[in-house]
Amino acid sequence: MDVFSDPLNRDVYITGFLWILKMTLAGGVGALLLGVVLAAMRVSPVPVLRGFGTAWVNIFRNTPLTLIIFFCYFGLFTTLGFSLADDIDLNNFWLGVIGLSVYTAAFVCEAIRSGINTVPAGQAEAARAIGMTFFQTLSIVILPQAGRAVIAPLGSILIALCKNSTIVGTIGLMESSNAMKELINANGDAVIPIFLVFAGTFAVVLIPTGYAFGWLANRLAVKR
Amino acid sequence: MSTDAVLYDHPGPRAKARNLILTIVFGIALLGLLYWIYSRFDAKGQWAGNLWEPFTQASTWTDYILPGLLETLKAAAVAMVLSLAFGIIFAVGRLSDHWWLRIPAGVIVEFFRAVPLLLLMFFIFFGVPFLTEQPMSIFWAVVIGLTLYNGSVLAEAFRAGVYSVPRGQSEAAYAVGMRKGQVMTHILIPQAARAMLPVIVSQLVVLVKDTALGYIISYGELIQLGVNNLSANFANVVQAAIVAAIIYIIINSALTGFAGWLSRRTRRKGRAPRAAGAQIQQTTIEPGLGGGGGGAF
Amino acid sequence: MRITRLAATLGALTMALAVAACGGDDEGSGSGSGGATGVVGKASGGKLVIGVKADQPGLGLQSGTTYTGFDVEIGKIIAKGLGVPESGIEWKTTVSANREPYIQQGQVDLVVATYTINDERKKVVNFAGPYFIAGQDLLVPTASTITGPESLAGKRVCSVSGSTPAKRIQTDHKDAKLQQFDTYSKCVTALAGGNVDAVTTDDIILAGYAAQDQYAGKFKVVGKPFSEEPYGIGLKKDDSAGCNKINDILKAAATDGSYKKAWDDTLGKSGKAAPELDASKLTNCS
Repeated sequence: MDVFSDPLNRDVYITGFLWILKMTLAGGVGALLLGVVLAAMRVSPVPVLRGFGTAWVNIFRNTPLTLIIFFCYFGLFTTLGFSLADDIDLNNFWLGVIGLSVYTAAFVCEAIRSGINTVPAGQAEAARAIGMTFFQTLSIVILPQAGRAVIAPLGSILIALCKNSTIVGTIGLMESSNAMKELINANGDAVIPIFLVFAGTFAVVLIPTGYAFGWLANRLAVKR
Repeated sequence: MSTDAVLYDHPGPRAKARNLILTIVFGIALLGLLYWIYSRFDAKGQWAGNLWEPFTQASTWTDYILPGLLETLKAAAVAMVLSLAFGIIFAVGRLSDHWWLRIPAGVIVEFFRAVPLLLLMFFIFFGVPFLTEQPMSIFWAVVIGLTLYNGSVLAEAFRAGVYSVPRGQSEAAYAVGMRKGQVMTHILIPQAARAMLPVIVSQLVVLVKDTALGYIISYGELIQLGVNNLSANFANVVQAAIVAAIIYIIINSALTGFAGWLSRRTRRKGRAPRAAGAQIQQTTIEPGLGGGGGGAF
Repeated sequence: MRITRLAATLGALTMALAVAACGGDDEGSGSGSGGATGVVGKASGGKLVIGVKADQPGLGLQSGTTYTGFDVEIGKIIAKGLGVPESGIEWKTTVSANREPYIQQGQVDLVVATYTINDERKKVVNFAGPYFIAGQDLLVPTASTITGPESLAGKRVCSVSGSTPAKRIQTDHKDAKLQQFDTYSKCVTALAGGNVDAVTTDDIILAGYAAQDQYAGKFKVVGKPFSEEPYGIGLKKDDSAGCNKINDILKAAATDGSYKKAWDDTLGKSGKAAPELDASKLTNCS
């Protein structure tokens, strides 16, 4: 544990996890908004919207995140010229957040869609019977009920997002996986304690998060 | 609930007109966006012939892409088998009546589910040799990393699946004199596996994608050979990455399609006695199921 | 009771399978060289596993089914000196981060992969050579105004994450902005796309990229090295005999022209004259 008594090394560790935290929060918000829109598209009456939603899910869910992050840098930034910040780290951070969001949104979309499937058909039929439009049916009747059923899957997706944000390290952000690599490079004799500290931090944060989502899902579950 | 039919009325003339307008507006916007992307790529010379030309030569495929793809599939196939075995063993372990089995199994599964695979692989490759004083082959570092992570997620999926089997099934099995092991292997696991098939397959898709992390410890898979090494020869890293992404999409779509076909086939066999109880069970268990399966990344 | 026995059996089975599989792999890669016989003993069997880079043009590059580059040619010279035919060489791709573990674990017998000799690394591996003295330099667009490390203030510089050149920028040139990727190819692509102002690493590596057809006339190497990177050949720490033997082979190669030929066939194609191999510096063996 000597490695972490050096304040410089502690700095590397803390900065790494701060980036992870920020990416998880920003990516989570982005993925949730995008995912709800995509799910609405996939169940909408307009074929071209349905097709777009399906294509999105099939493309992004089936591509390794490493490649998606790569395209965010060399596609969005290099070729399309999306510069999101002057600072290199901040720019890479936002590019990473975009990549994480579009990737995770595909999973959020599918989770919400299967949540919609748990709502009994009678609910939608009743909504239509009193003259609600598609948009009203979805936003007032279906999604609030589906939302409760998808809390647990969304929790798992959030946890996966947090772990996935380590992949943004491939475009140079000094997040925790790069931080761990750097510490191991400089302290080859302390590989095991370094790994245990980094892995342990993820475990200590994410395992309770998982249980919290499970508890919340049970509490809010629609009893039918 | 079948979403496409229930959420909206059969379109009348006005709705049809509105849908048409939406289709046209969205379609034009989408085409515009795609054209803009195309022209930006064009302006930056990314469509230049000499960058794409290597992909028209057979040697590019036989020297870089196909060997890389083979390694990707090899690691994925071995890891799939081991993950399924790991998943079943640890699911059974977590369901055991003995605390000395249940608790360690639970700790292991929870730990490996919470650690990013990138850190795990890195540690297995660079750290484990310090412990065992044995060399660690890259292939096994990748496979073991994939197995520990995906196996743990599958263990949770199997466990949720076992819970989803109606209690009457195991009660009946005990009633005819089966022992605990028999109930598990003959009654619970087969039904759980069937119920969890979609979750299991989506996790296997995750596994295929995660082999891509192998290049970080220099495993010669599709990204290492087909993107890094290939582009070092032809200076076309963006083009190589596009080709690799398309290959991944094709493989994973095929896997998902196969799973869909498999689940339709198994469902058609529909076991009548279960139908009544299953309905209730399915809806209440759905959220819990996500806890194991939603980790599907 | 039943269930635990089942689990135990399955567990034991899986482990047995894994062990069997691992064993099978070892046979294939022939990593049983760890003994006291060292690299000379290993070579007497007519086989040698050499670690090289696979993605560095001009030095170590997987091109087609084989490897090409200056490092690869040096590897061939050493193998020949040790009595191993070219067909007995097994090339293995190494990346910067796994060179020491590969040597320590016996996955490779030698590493010839732009491997800078330094005190840190000398603690864990033995170095023959140096066979080349490189220096950290900058690759910039032809029209760039950057003339050396001192004009990097405020500029975006790209290097590989965790590498020595990246560290040097971080510590000695704090006013430069550092972009890191996992390969130099990505850095060069970013340079071509105008996202970074310079790529920095050893001059010889940069020269390899500048000489690629696709980048012809676009980039130049600044040509003011600001560090000294003696490239060595890595082998096991306790293999002094092998280390000295390789130094002898290098000395012979410098005089009989095979060293110059190795250069002319690879990096020399960019028009740069072959360097002199200074035999008096071959003193790193421990």
